Amino acid sequence: MLYIPLWRRILIWLTVAVGLFLAMPNFFYGRVEQSNDAEKAIEAGLSTEELAAQAAQWPSWLPDGLVNLGLDLRGGAHLLAEVNVADVYETRMDGLWPEVRDTLAAERDTLGFVTREDSAPDELKVRISEPEGAERALELARGLARPIATLSGAGASDIEVTADGPVLTIRLSEAERAATDDRTVRQSLEIIRRRIDEVGTREPSIQRQGDDRILIQVPGIGSAQELKDIIGTTAQLTFQPVVSRTSDPDEAAGMGNELVPALDEEGTYYILESAPVVTGEDLVDAQPGFDQNNRPAVTFRFNPAGARRFGDYTAANVGAPFAIVLDEEVISAPTINEAIRGGSGIITGNFTVESSTDLAVLLRAGALPAGLTFLEERTVGPELGQDSIDAGTVACIVAFAAVMVFMALSYGLFGLFANVALLVNIAMIFGLLSLIGGTLTLPGIAGIVLTIGMAVDANVLVFERIREEVKTARGPARAIELGYEKALSAIVDANITTLMTAIILYAMGSGPVRGFAITLGLGIVTSVFTAIFVTRLLIVTWFDRRRPKTIEV
Amino acid sequence: MRLRLVPQETNWDFFSRSRLWLGISAFMIVLALVSFGVRGLNYGIDFAGGTTIRTESAQPVDVGAYRAALAPLELGDVTITEVYDPTFGDDRNVASVAIQAQEGQESVTADTIAQVEAALTEVAPDIVFASVESVGPTVSGELIKTAILAVCLAIGAVLIYIWLRFEWQFAVGAVLALVHDVVLTLGVFSELGIRFDLSIIAALLTIVGYSLNDTVVVFDRVRENLRRFKNRPLKEVLNLSINGTLSRTFMTSLTTLMALIALFVLGGDVIRGFVFAMIWGIVVGTYSSIFAASATLLVLGVKRDWSKDEPQAGTQFGTPDA
Repeated sequence: MLYIPLWRRILIWLTVAVGLFLAMPNFFYGRVEQSNDAEKAIEAGLSTEELAAQAAQWPSWLPDGLVNLGLDLRGGAHLLAEVNVADVYETRMDGLWPEVRDTLAAERDTLGFVTREDSAPDELKVRISEPEGAERALELARGLARPIATLSGAGASDIEVTADGPVLTIRLSEAERAATDDRTVRQSLEIIRRRIDEVGTREPSIQRQGDDRILIQVPGIGSAQELKDIIGTTAQLTFQPVVSRTSDPDEAAGMGNELVPALDEEGTYYILESAPVVTGEDLVDAQPGFDQNNRPAVTFRFNPAGARRFGDYTAANVGAPFAIVLDEEVISAPTINEAIRGGSGIITGNFTVESSTDLAVLLRAGALPAGLTFLEERTVGPELGQDSIDAGTVACIVAFAAVMVFMALSYGLFGLFANVALLVNIAMIFGLLSLIGGTLTLPGIAGIVLTIGMAVDANVLVFERIREEVKTARGPARAIELGYEKALSAIVDANITTLMTAIILYAMGSGPVRGFAITLGLGIVTSVFTAIFVTRLLIVTWFDRRRPKTIEV
Repeated sequence: MRLRLVPQETNWDFFSRSRLWLGISAFMIVLALVSFGVRGLNYGIDFAGGTTIRTESAQPVDVGAYRAALAPLELGDVTITEVYDPTFGDDRNVASVAIQAQEGQESVTADTIAQVEAALTEVAPDIVFASVESVGPTVSGELIKTAILAVCLAIGAVLIYIWLRFEWQFAVGAVLALVHDVVLTLGVFSELGIRFDLSIIAALLTIVGYSLNDTVVVFDRVRENLRRFKNRPLKEVLNLSINGTLSRTFMTSLTTLMALIALFVLGGDVIRGFVFAMIWGIVVGTYSSIFAASATLLVLGVKRDWSKDEPQAGTQFGTPDA
């Protein structure tokens, strides 16, 4: 009666074996981690004897997947940043102004003078001095619009122009804004990733969240502040024409211009044209180097579009100064000696070797297209994380021992079977966690401890049922069979409902809470597997060998 | 001799005083709601926004001195609590400094944190800042919404599942038991002023899952017994079912409680609130699945002709090996 086909037995043991095999690296955490890191370094082209020795610490044919430790266990920093996507609208409007001005100025006879008016940052207001030319101006401005491809179909263009008497208002269309927003966030994400990679911290996690947010988690970093410094909240490089130089910080810059302080000379300010000639986006390379006088400097190269604009501008403005602006500060404002063709140049200033290297890195990684607002930041020190791991481990072991003793006392031999299943269960949770690259957090450890307590539930349901059936059924084999049969619907219903809450937790939660949902959910799956299959197989195997006349559960 | 938590054969009458049990539950719920209304929850930064800094130093924590050091910074509401854990040695003194969300700032600025750290370092030179967490008002507002939504979704999903697998009376009983557990847990948190943060929501949802687990096991037996004893009064069937599953109910609750108590005592102070919520939830969850859920079933009544196989209600799973 108690028959389990051979193929099923093999499948069950195979599943258990694979689970244990996958879980194994976690028992040698430090060693495997070092080996993995060394292998990565070797792959990246580094190769020393020390690295080779470290890599050899763990045989390559063994699985080397580890459970990731969450920030609350490993220590590190967590930042949730919102990308101020509207910043880009302003840049776009500033960039559009020269184009609009030149187009309208070409028909000065009918339109008169063209001036820029004060406006909200995300729009461009242009006044012409001849009101009769308004219609023509509108037509010309609309001609500047470029069609954009949208999902909803054709017909959309990137700007909308409206006229109110002699004043034209230009702003980005809805479709263009949505497209720009998406591009801005993706660009920011990429830049943040590159900057963090440049510093070489291990296993950073940088993800987009929602429409305009970026979640950055970097283990092992000292503080969220350090992380913010690396990301550089507003690093923007531009090359702008200089209007004049002043020492008065309150001087009116005039329409279309801005007042920017100098980086090295206190009390010196430059009035610059707001529309940059070239921006950091056109930069393809930047390297630390030295100028003719052997002082540290940064050399850079533009892409062809940037090179052409820079070349044209310098050719037309020999003898005039232009400013290299980083983060709203003028690094240097050299005078153009001759047209700079070919797209490469050098930034000189008061650099040290170190600061020129930093600047080169910063330029290479590119400027963030928009500012970031930090909505949430968390730092956990590595000691606190280690304490949590230690405390969690001790609690797990004690919980484990208590439950096992209790099960053995309550159900005797059957309790021992359940205990074996419990051990398999925990190993399989770790195996699955390693396999899917799940993250273990402090609440996740709590989830495992809870699983230890609850995992025996399915077994308890079965054993209690067998106890009842022993009283009425014909013989022990039938009692065992009936026990499993009748307990099954309760086991399935009870676990599906818990699994539903785990899934909801996973979908709605974040960070540590999600870690809890993962271990809880995996624990449910493995505990049902071990209770229905593993314990049963153990019992049946035992029963086949011994053929007891009576059983005591 | 085996360990037995409950006698082998029990025939306890759980419903002779069903009015009393329902009354007690109702009274507790009212009490919890009053406490919730009057005292409110002690929201952590996840929900209220602001910053918490965890400090550690070898010197004993002098809350007064800390407070005095931070007073000149004018940060508004600052709460300083000493954290105690039996695993800390004498030279490990931990405090938690909570600073309210600052007006007009998304999250507390680096400058503010640096000032706080500098001020505290003056009081205790060896102080270490083990963790610094700061949540802005936008995020905390969203977290509250998501949390409430998660709990409601979980309860809703359960309602539908039980309704499909059993009958609507069972679903109502199960959900009433869940609401009972969640409200009582909120009541304990507001009454004891334990910090209520995101992890407590995880605990609440686990309680929902666990309490349900218990309720479903009892209901599963009720369904089975309703088929077997077609002519017995509902009250007797319910009593029989609860007695039949009593041993299991106690075993599971006890093993789970043992594991959680181990975590409560040894797991460190960081997750103690979380573990406490679960321990409390398991106690009330066990109580509610016996008393609240089943008593509701008794009051609502059940359709009795389970003998006719209805495919949508009460489908039994076959065994995998059958």
